[in-house]
Amino acid sequence: MKLVMAIIKPFKLDEVRQALTELGLQGMTVTEVKGYGRQKGHTEIYRGAEYAVNFLPKIKIEVVVPAKMVDNAVDAIVAAAKTGQIGDGKIFVVPVEQTVRIRTGETNESAL
Amino acid sequence: MTTFAKYMLGVVAALALLALTHVDPAIARDAAEAANAPIADMAEFKVAQAESADEAPKPEEPLEAAGSGEEAEAKLDTGDTAWMIVATAIVLMMAIPGLALFYGGLVRKKGVLAVLMQVFTIVCLMTLLWYVVGYSLAATDGGSLNAYIGGFDKMFLAGIGPDTLSGTIPESVFFTFQLTFAAITPALIVGAFADRMKFSAVCIFMCLWLLIVYVPVWHWVWGGGFLSEDGVLDFAGGTVVHINAGVAALVACIFLGKRVGYGTENMAPHNLVLSVIGASLLWVGWFGFNAGSALGANGAAGMAMLATQVATAAAALAWMFVEWIVHKKPSVLGIISGAIAGLVAITPACGFVDGWGALWIGIAAGVICFFMSTTIKKALGYDDSLDVWGIHGVGGIVGAILTGVFAVEAIGGTAGLLEGNPGQVLTQIWGIVATMVWCAIATFVILIITNILVGVRVSEPVEIEGLDINLHGETVQ
Repeated sequence: MKLVMAIIKPFKLDEVRQALTELGLQGMTVTEVKGYGRQKGHTEIYRGAEYAVNFLPKIKIEVVVPAKMVDNAVDAIVAAAKTGQIGDGKIFVVPVEQTVRIRTGETNESAL
Repeated sequence: MTTFAKYMLGVVAALALLALTHVDPAIARDAAEAANAPIADMAEFKVAQAESADEAPKPEEPLEAAGSGEEAEAKLDTGDTAWMIVATAIVLMMAIPGLALFYGGLVRKKGVLAVLMQVFTIVCLMTLLWYVVGYSLAATDGGSLNAYIGGFDKMFLAGIGPDTLSGTIPESVFFTFQLTFAAITPALIVGAFADRMKFSAVCIFMCLWLLIVYVPVWHWVWGGGFLSEDGVLDFAGGTVVHINAGVAALVACIFLGKRVGYGTENMAPHNLVLSVIGASLLWVGWFGFNAGSALGANGAAGMAMLATQVATAAAALAWMFVEWIVHKKPSVLGIISGAIAGLVAITPACGFVDGWGALWIGIAAGVICFFMSTTIKKALGYDDSLDVWGIHGVGGIVGAILTGVFAVEAIGGTAGLLEGNPGQVLTQIWGIVATMVWCAIATFVILIITNILVGVRVSEPVEIEGLDINLHGETVQ
């Protein structure tokens, strides 16, 4: 099992959810986050006072998938979340040791 | 806080004693007489209608603000009264929720409740002070001191009943209308020291400020004091309300010092939607403020309303376009700030100028207040947090001077510079200087007194964590 963690532009969330659902994935966790990468921040001006906004709002998606599906999932997120503009985000894949479904006690891939 | 509780207890006790000495049987007597009033009112209403039809094409008499209740021939006009009751209500709406929301949206989230609380509390405190002694000191004859201050004859509204008139409206309505002005003026100052003044200090400062600054200046300009004798024009309060509040704001923000982190931390407004709602409520309420200052439902009120609308739109657009050029983007905060600047600048002028004058006053206010609140403020380095000086002070000065330039004799009874009366500009400047000097000195002294009594500024940890949670025990999410 792998944890696929993707940071994407907020308005791309629905397209990414759609793409992952079509792969047969049955769940995800979504968090509103702030951060910066190559895009850095922007400047806001209020009555002449300039404020640098360093952390931009993004959406973080976390999905745990069977190992054999990782490439498909990553490709689907890239295809759905890409605009070609700076700030499209990043995907991280990390190994997962164990999964438990709390309701039934099922473990690992049958719990996904 | 315990020392503050003691002071407040003392104030309440003093008020209670004063109240006992001023119970006036005249109120009961007037109530009995009023029972017969409705029939008379109907007859007068018809007469008033006929008169207003005759008067319509004629220019209105220049505003006579106060003290006219003594005239022997005064008659109540129901149309005037109805309008003034409505005007009074919408001027109250300017303060709460208008000004409260305007300011509330402009501060950081950790201080929004403190600002709302300060404005709301000030409205309540000023109401009681105006009732107890403020109105009397402002609007009655002060005898040998009448050039500077009124007297104590109408403390606790002594002698004012249902059929006591002020011009063509009940004095109770005139009193309440002016009360709403006395409530919003100190509340304007709050924006200068947002996020860093103790609540107890705000209460004490505002009570003293109303009695020592606002009331005398009201009397000078509208109550038969020396500025009205000198011919200073101030239709609805450019000098009394806005220059006064603006100067006090500048003195207060310098006295308190900058917010912690000013110039380095992000102090962007936390919710401009609130500010837009607040500014829009202010705009609507301002018709009560300006057109209401005609003290009747008449041609002067109509002209004031028209001038108010034209100047506000012109100033809002002027600010927006200048900002668009200077900062490359037209901003929401910019256009609402411009609108307030225009409303302020037209306030002294609205009963004296035509639409053309209003247009230019608006444009001037939008452009000048923009540079005052952005470039010049930054260069001078003071932290007038919500630009009370930059908008109300400077806008009030622009409006007061330009009143002397654009005044039309056929509208307000006084000619301005453009009609060949350059002296009026000098008279206006004299009014501005007198108000600014008194306000600055008195505000400074009041701040020193307040600082000795309770301390004006919160501690640094309190300021950093926010006034809401520390002073009021509440937060918004």
